[in-house]
Amino acid sequence: MKQIAFRGVLLLSLSVALVTLGTLLFTVFQDGWGQLDKTLITGVNSSDPHQAGARPAILATIEMGLLLLAFVVPIGVGTAIYLEEYANKERWYNRLLEINIMNLAAVPSIVYGILGLAFLVRGLGLGRVLLAGAMILTLLVLPTVVIASREALRAVPNSIRQGAYALGATRWQVVWRQVLPAALPGIATGSILALSRAIGETAPLIMIGALTYIAFDPTLLGPFTALPVQIYDWISQSDQDYTLRAAGGIIVLLGILLVLNSVAIFVRNRYQKRW
Amino acid sequence: MASRSAVAPPALQSSRIRWGELVIKGMLALCALVSVATTVGILIALLQPAIDFFREISVVDFLTGSEWAPLFEPGSFGVRPLVYGTLAVTFVAIAVAVPFGLGSAIYLSEYAHRRTRKVLKPTLEILAGIPTVVFGYFALVFVTPWLRDIGIQVDIFNALAAGLVMGVMLIPTVASLSEDAMQAVPDALRHGAYALGGNRVHVATRVVVPAALSGIVASFVLAISRAIGETMIVLIAAGQQPTLTLDPRRTVETMTAFIAATGNGDVPRGSIEYKTIFAVGLTLFVATYAMNIVATRLVRRFREVYE
Amino acid sequence: MRPLVITLTAALTAVVLAGCGGSGGGGGGNGLSGLIEADGSSTVGPFTSAAAQRFKQEQSGVNVTVGISGTGGGFERFCRGETDLSDASRPIKDEERAICEKNGIAYSEFLVANDGIAVVANKQNDWVDCLTVAQLKRIWEPGSKVKSWQDVDPSFPDEQLKLFGPGTDSGTFDFFTDKIVGEEGASRTDYSATENDNVTVRGVSGEKGGLGYFGLSYFEDNRSQLKDLKVNGGGGCVAPTRETVQAGTYTPLSRPLFIYAKTSSFKRPEVEAFIRFIIDHEVEIADAARFVPLTAAQLKLAKQELRQAAG
Repeated sequence: MKQIAFRGVLLLSLSVALVTLGTLLFTVFQDGWGQLDKTLITGVNSSDPHQAGARPAILATIEMGLLLLAFVVPIGVGTAIYLEEYANKERWYNRLLEINIMNLAAVPSIVYGILGLAFLVRGLGLGRVLLAGAMILTLLVLPTVVIASREALRAVPNSIRQGAYALGATRWQVVWRQVLPAALPGIATGSILALSRAIGETAPLIMIGALTYIAFDPTLLGPFTALPVQIYDWISQSDQDYTLRAAGGIIVLLGILLVLNSVAIFVRNRYQKRW
Repeated sequence: MASRSAVAPPALQSSRIRWGELVIKGMLALCALVSVATTVGILIALLQPAIDFFREISVVDFLTGSEWAPLFEPGSFGVRPLVYGTLAVTFVAIAVAVPFGLGSAIYLSEYAHRRTRKVLKPTLEILAGIPTVVFGYFALVFVTPWLRDIGIQVDIFNALAAGLVMGVMLIPTVASLSEDAMQAVPDALRHGAYALGGNRVHVATRVVVPAALSGIVASFVLAISRAIGETMIVLIAAGQQPTLTLDPRRTVETMTAFIAATGNGDVPRGSIEYKTIFAVGLTLFVATYAMNIVATRLVRRFREVYE
Repeated sequence: MRPLVITLTAALTAVVLAGCGGSGGGGGGNGLSGLIEADGSSTVGPFTSAAAQRFKQEQSGVNVTVGISGTGGGFERFCRGETDLSDASRPIKDEERAICEKNGIAYSEFLVANDGIAVVANKQNDWVDCLTVAQLKRIWEPGSKVKSWQDVDPSFPDEQLKLFGPGTDSGTFDFFTDKIVGEEGASRTDYSATENDNVTVRGVSGEKGGLGYFGLSYFEDNRSQLKDLKVNGGGGCVAPTRETVQAGTYTPLSRPLFIYAKTSSFKRPEVEAFIRFIIDHEVEIADAARFVPLTAAQLKLAKQELRQAAG
């Protein structure tokens, strides 16, 4: 009897999460499905909630996402290669580097927002521009990419490396020609998942000024807003019709995330080598 | 696992220095320095204005004062209401995330069939991947009215709704790390327990969980850290009225919500109000950093023991 | 792998190039173009946004961003030269004027609309219809001990008072405290203070004992969720409506709204055109944004200022 009761309790625990997820999705779709019209995706923000669109926000999110990949993949993978293939693990500074990255991964996103406000917007004088947003998001997910890339590099068997060395390759040749291609699917998956996380971030972007009324398409060095920030803006309006519009925006956002995550899973399943 | 030392095997070491290799190593090290620069940047960004702030407002007043109204004339700079607000939400969140997360983890690790796991784990991952602004929406639009419907007298903005939603959001964090820890426990221990006549409940609760304890506790600590640092859910649903209370039914303001609301509103740069962002930010950073170090140590312990 | 990488790189290059190409993209035929940055009052913000929306139909190449950092926050940026226009629900203060002067920022002040501050309560509040200025002062003054509606008037039920209102960066806050408490900036601190008036709407409409204040337009937008209280400024209880504000009978909580324009920005044709557009169409814009249009005398003043600034 106790067995069944215990199992029941455990299943209950699991169901809390699942039921909440279901309720959340149901609420969002119930409110938002009717909002999915052409204007939501192709139009701009408006004082009429029924006409309010998120095009500038969607474009900015996509642009930041691509910039993010361009920044974070080289830097993140570079760091991972350094730590895994080059760094002497006995040295204190390399150990510190590792610990530092682990800790950065757990810093709250709003602190990155403070960093962005102090250095990029005010310090460097970039101002509240899209580029600053992309840079802050890069720093935010960099630890995640580094950690995922390290796992991918570690998964490559040493025999591959030893074989290449035996044939006279230099360290970089080993990495570039053998290890990296083998680790690429894992790196790609990790990067896409990091991207997915960055796209959903709101707090740091609010801190660097993404919360304004933007009714035109974003440019690299111009004012901007992002999809999650636009959603937050709509939620904050007192007119309840805007809240419904926000639900529509949420569906779009979840849709983008679904696509990204599916790509990541596809890449992982299709290309992941089994050693 | 054979060690990959940083030096190529001696037989292949040529007497010529390969400059290309050095350049590459340098460039890669530069990449690594970005993360160092980030940490340094965070520290400078927080410390400099915070130190300025503490020149004007004593640390004691800041930490012990009971009223937070920095933007008013005359301002009060006691951070306790913000801390209480954060704690109120965090308590509720942990009260949800810990039991349900651990329960889910035990089920996934000790009870579920491989096929069930293959479906359930990704589903939990979905929960983890939902943007926090969506959770905030859910808390405001569904949870608060629902709480009132079932008879709990909550303010329109309250810590309870935010905490409940945050707790569910953190279930995957607790579940996934706890499950990893439990999976790392060797089957030999389980089999030994079964051999001695234990049933599943015994094995799960008396053998596996204690064996995985450091990893499980690490997951709790990590969840606390993330609860403390979470911004959007509380910004949308918990309120903007710093109140010195731990009653989750009341409107509160958390440290993170204060930072987000003030940082956005663009208070005069260099003024005392602007610096409050950094003083509170520093408090937040120190709190979460401390928790993260504890969690990392605990994780390392369980990894050491079994891997 | 390779096709994926190539596609991504191509997409990235395309997007970055597109993003770098000028602000806002090509305008329609009679092309004025440019970016106008406005920031400031969250009350005036919707007015400027409504103006921007209509202006875009005439001049599609001009982009206007409207921030709502609060009147004070807006002036802060304006006097640093960061913005072209500053929305304000009160006139510029002496301290702010001094900072602008110090930084060499010359500006023009344009009256654009009239507004009232509505005092609102929850729809379920059936015990009060009108509050005197004295009562409001007792509720909102610094250090106020008024916690329950019964403290306001013994005949009211003992319902906990839940207060909502703008924060210190808000011109509405400055104006309300000045007129009600008697000193600008003097207010109790234990209420939900936010620059976002929508939070106030949500708050008051969700709490039976709720009480809040914000611009009339927010009340008009949310009529169905809130109850407006009449205010007795000495001449009897007057309801906050566009008519009473225009007639001047809703005292003391009627006020003009301003847009300040940086003189150096004004030299740009798109900025001048935008301001001219606002003044020429202010009735229509005020209507759309739920404000009260300018009186004839105010309009004359605004046009004069425009002539001076352009001339």
